[in-house]
Amino acid sequence: MRADLEIIQKWIKPGSRVLDLGCGDGSLLGYLRDNKQTIGIGLEIDDTKIDSCLGKGIDVIQQDLNKGLGNFVSQSFDTVLLTQTLQAVHYPDMLVEEMLRVGKNCIVTFPNFGNWKSRAHIAFKGRMPVSDFMPYQWYDTPNIHFCTVRDFDDFCRHKNINVITRTVVDNKHRDSAVIRAFPNLLSEIAIYHFSRGQQGNP
Amino acid sequence: MPDFLPENSVGIVKPELFHFDEPLTLRSGKVLKSYDLMVETYGELNADRSNAILICHALSGDHHAAGYHSMADKKPGWWDVCIGPGKPIDTRHFFVVSLNNLGGCAGSTGPASINPDTGTWYGPDFPVVTVRDWVHSQARLADRLGIQQWAAVVGGSLGGMQVMRWSISYPERVRHAIMLAVAPKLSAQNIAFNEVARQSITGDPDFHAGRYRDHGVIPKKGLMLARMVGHITYLSDSAMREKFGKATQEIKEASLNLGRDLRAGKLSFGFDVDFQVESYLHYQGERFSETFDANSYLLMTKALDYFDPSVDYDGDLSKAFANSNCRFLLVSYSTDWRFPPARTQEIVTALLKAGKQVSYLDIEADEGHDAFLLPVPRYMQAMTTYLNRVKQEVQS
Repeated sequence: MRADLEIIQKWIKPGSRVLDLGCGDGSLLGYLRDNKQTIGIGLEIDDTKIDSCLGKGIDVIQQDLNKGLGNFVSQSFDTVLLTQTLQAVHYPDMLVEEMLRVGKNCIVTFPNFGNWKSRAHIAFKGRMPVSDFMPYQWYDTPNIHFCTVRDFDDFCRHKNINVITRTVVDNKHRDSAVIRAFPNLLSEIAIYHFSRGQQGNP
Repeated sequence: MPDFLPENSVGIVKPELFHFDEPLTLRSGKVLKSYDLMVETYGELNADRSNAILICHALSGDHHAAGYHSMADKKPGWWDVCIGPGKPIDTRHFFVVSLNNLGGCAGSTGPASINPDTGTWYGPDFPVVTVRDWVHSQARLADRLGIQQWAAVVGGSLGGMQVMRWSISYPERVRHAIMLAVAPKLSAQNIAFNEVARQSITGDPDFHAGRYRDHGVIPKKGLMLARMVGHITYLSDSAMREKFGKATQEIKEASLNLGRDLRAGKLSFGFDVDFQVESYLHYQGERFSETFDANSYLLMTKALDYFDPSVDYDGDLSKAFANSNCRFLLVSYSTDWRFPPARTQEIVTALLKAGKQVSYLDIEADEGHDAFLLPVPRYMQAMTTYLNRVKQEVQS
């Protein structure tokens, strides 16, 4: 199983309703169905990945996340997931708002652009970071909205988002005290579990 | 005619007539005291009767969905691309049932049948049947065949509407509902096209208020026009450009031709057929008028116009699905302007609101509404994958 999924699945309640935005080949939803008896639906745009979902018996809706979640009723899912996709959507802020509307709680994972390797790439090479993990050039990357752990923390404060858990890991999804001590510098992947904050508590 | 039967064909098939004596009360309140359904089946029903798939036909379809009636047939059944050994609806694993709906003209009781009360053709007196009535009659057919629950009910367009009705009226009898190129109800534009079709038929001097058989004629011109206008709505602009834009004459660039190929290579400066597309529509209309009954066509278009399962639920389609117990697969096609993807998405949204298990695919296809009848690779692949899963379910 993908390492980030290993972390995420701990936050999913057995038998809950899960919406996975950009569900890929349906691995996560399949795992959650088989191990947590969840009722899941995935949104995906890629034909081949959709076919993989159908083959696993995972319900999948062909839908562009950039067009919002208008077809989903408010608070109709226990958990809405967005793994490694936030940086690729046109309006991350609007999508997160939609996630909070549709789901009782949300999980977002994204590559941390504040990682020292990214910083070093720009600082010393003077070039946009390219790595095995993010192999694209600036002109062909689907990742158009990179942010750092610190940026996302600020975002949550501004948007009245209640962060339940923040986990930061390296690119093998390993957790360590050192990474936790310097999350924005050392973590490569950030995993946020959050819900809508209380009214009047920005 | 096929010189030999392809290996993935169900082969030579023989329709079977089922007679029903139990009266069927229709949505209109009228009663059909008895009726016949013309049925074809392909494949074998398994021991626990769990592998049956019902095929619901569209406006001009019938029971002959796959295979050939004889080696003299020019074409196989209307959905032969999808049904057969090794095809998406794989007859090595599924028992496929396909019928001609009530009011049709391919063997089931309809306007061209004899009314037992009068001893003569029903003609225009055949009661208006609705999608709901068809589904009730199909349920009786399932009873007769000993099928308590369909592994899947499948249909496109008007056929997809029957699938939707199955999932609402008989929630325990459907495992999977597969709807293709479908809308939750017709729009004013859809109804308008149907009305043009009906007016062409009823306005034909040979229509004789639906009693044309008594006069030994058929409203050929009217049926032809009805089919021509229908056919235009089944194709997309791009499909017509492609089909009629081979550009062999003065305009070499197909993209500039817009499907304006000339029939005789030059303009006639008269009012005869100049363009290929005109000739094609004439041919399609003519062929259709020779095989389809005008009264049946009127009935089928009415069934389309009347379809709206939300009508019993304050217009809220999601409430109609409240008791549905099956899983849903819906497919739309990008160039379908009769039931565009947004119309299919209305159903998806209602199902999501009702908390149902649904998958939805928006297929890129140039072929317009007709795409659901054609072997569009991605669509065929998705059907294969989905039904493979259904097969595993019913086998285990």
